[in-house]
Amino acid sequence: MMRRVNAKMIVKVIFLSLFLVFTVFPLYWIFVTSLKPTKEMFTFPIQYWPENVTFENYINIIKISNFDVYIFNSLLLSFVAGAISLIIATLGGYVLARFEFKGKTQVIFAFFITQMIPLFIGLAPLYLLMSKLELINRLPSLMLMYTVMMVPFCTVMMKGFFERIPSSLEEAAMMDGCSRISALFKVIIPVMLPGLAATFIFAFVQCWNELFLAIMFIDKEEAKTIPVAMNSFITKFDIDWGAMSAATVLSVIPTLILFAFAQKYIVEGMTQGSIKG
Amino acid sequence: LKTQTEPVTERGLPLFRMSKHGLFIFLCLLPALILVSIFTYYPLFKGVIMAFQNYSAYDLMNIRFIGLENFKTIMADIGFKESLINSFYWVFFSLIPQFLIGFIVALMLRRKFKGRGVYQAFIFFPWAMSGFLIGLIWRWMLNGQSGVINDLLMKMGIIDTAIPFLADPTWALVSVIVANIWYGITFFAIMILAALQSIPEELYEAAKIDGAGYVPQLFKITIPYILPTLIVTTLLRVIWILNFPDLIYSLTNGGPAGSTHILSTFMLEKIIYGQNYGQAAAVGVIMIFILIFFSIFYLLATKFNKAGDF
Repeated sequence: MMRRVNAKMIVKVIFLSLFLVFTVFPLYWIFVTSLKPTKEMFTFPIQYWPENVTFENYINIIKISNFDVYIFNSLLLSFVAGAISLIIATLGGYVLARFEFKGKTQVIFAFFITQMIPLFIGLAPLYLLMSKLELINRLPSLMLMYTVMMVPFCTVMMKGFFERIPSSLEEAAMMDGCSRISALFKVIIPVMLPGLAATFIFAFVQCWNELFLAIMFIDKEEAKTIPVAMNSFITKFDIDWGAMSAATVLSVIPTLILFAFAQKYIVEGMTQGSIKG
Repeated sequence: LKTQTEPVTERGLPLFRMSKHGLFIFLCLLPALILVSIFTYYPLFKGVIMAFQNYSAYDLMNIRFIGLENFKTIMADIGFKESLINSFYWVFFSLIPQFLIGFIVALMLRRKFKGRGVYQAFIFFPWAMSGFLIGLIWRWMLNGQSGVINDLLMKMGIIDTAIPFLADPTWALVSVIVANIWYGITFFAIMILAALQSIPEELYEAAKIDGAGYVPQLFKITIPYILPTLIVTTLLRVIWILNFPDLIYSLTNGGPAGSTHILSTFMLEKIIYGQNYGQAAAVGVIMIFILIFFSIFYLLATKFNKAGDF
């Protein structure tokens, strides 16, 4: 009996270790690459840890490109779109969690469909719409579109978080004379801060990462986001891997930190959202 | 009197609730509905119409209905056929390993052990990255002259000479699929782990008393219990993978010579480089049909199987 348990343990440790290496290696590799001087980038034999660690790739990318502008744009954009999505999703999610009404199933279905269809079909009409609104090459176009993209999923996610909170909580506050809205903000919102944070972070990271809408709408240095800028580093024939690896590391750090904090709650929200939704 | 202060979440509520809260419900949902209608459904609807129009950025003076012409052109395009077949490989061979490995990882993480939290944080982080970045990273690792994957494979003695991963059509397709597997395992591990943790421990205790071993427990308790989750998660994932162009876009951009295009990257290329919105929309309409038919078929098939099991 004892030996069987041990054998199982060994298999488990080996499997989990191999899987960890498999998962982490690509990220390790891009990090190592970003620390290599340009000369050693392509030298043979391949160095698994750079002989001469250097930050020249990071310095270059900040000096040569407007990386500070891209970071600022991405931060602003993701923050604004994430915050507006969160507000809209909180209102919608609350109502969907607390009330039964005609058309509720249809509303949820309409949200669900937006996650399932290939949205590129609407890309050209969207572009025309944005030109009419005079938003091409301006960040508000993306703020608007990212909010639109995030609202359906975040609403369903918030619905899940609201359903975990007994409605007796706001009923009690309303008995004490609060209106429903003030009960929502004074009593319910404070108890579900983790859920709100998770929903915001989820939206923030999605906006931070979005590429194709940004490529379509933005072609001006001042308005570029990090993914658009990185996309323009790719030329037809060559990629400057030093700059690219440094840019990758820089752009991934914020999302990794945010996800590490909110991972548990995002998982809860996602499983609620996509399975029960 | 008590029933009126009861939580309002119960189904089948008296109708007067509806009128009492109707305006509040309407106002709360209004911003979301307006945004989604104007900026998702309206462009989508216009896009579907475009599929039947001559609509090209180079020919904007000449927009007119041309019936099924776009569909005929697309169907006759070898690139389309190739993308269609690749889409099947892309979905199928990405999904199965993602699912199996994700399932095993989830099973191994089900019981608490020291350091599990840290382990999870590490293996879950591909999930925080964009498909675009994943594609770039793999492009660098698969690089012909100095790719680390070739180096590792040679050091391990698996191959003697470097494989031209991104220059050879077959290897390029294998490459994008492997990168996608790497990316997607995490998703399944997360979803399945969450489902596993909802299984009541008593079920296993009862099985242990009956003397059931690990494998019977897996097939008699674990899998049946989480089956609904597995079915839904897998369906959503199939749709998601089919619609997912980011990774291929940055890893191969459909190359070499269009050999790694799937429907969504093929369509994207028609928009970004071809500027032929009518044909791109036609591809999109075909994708919607594929998704609808697949979903119906899948749901019927899985229900049928479930009925057969009991």
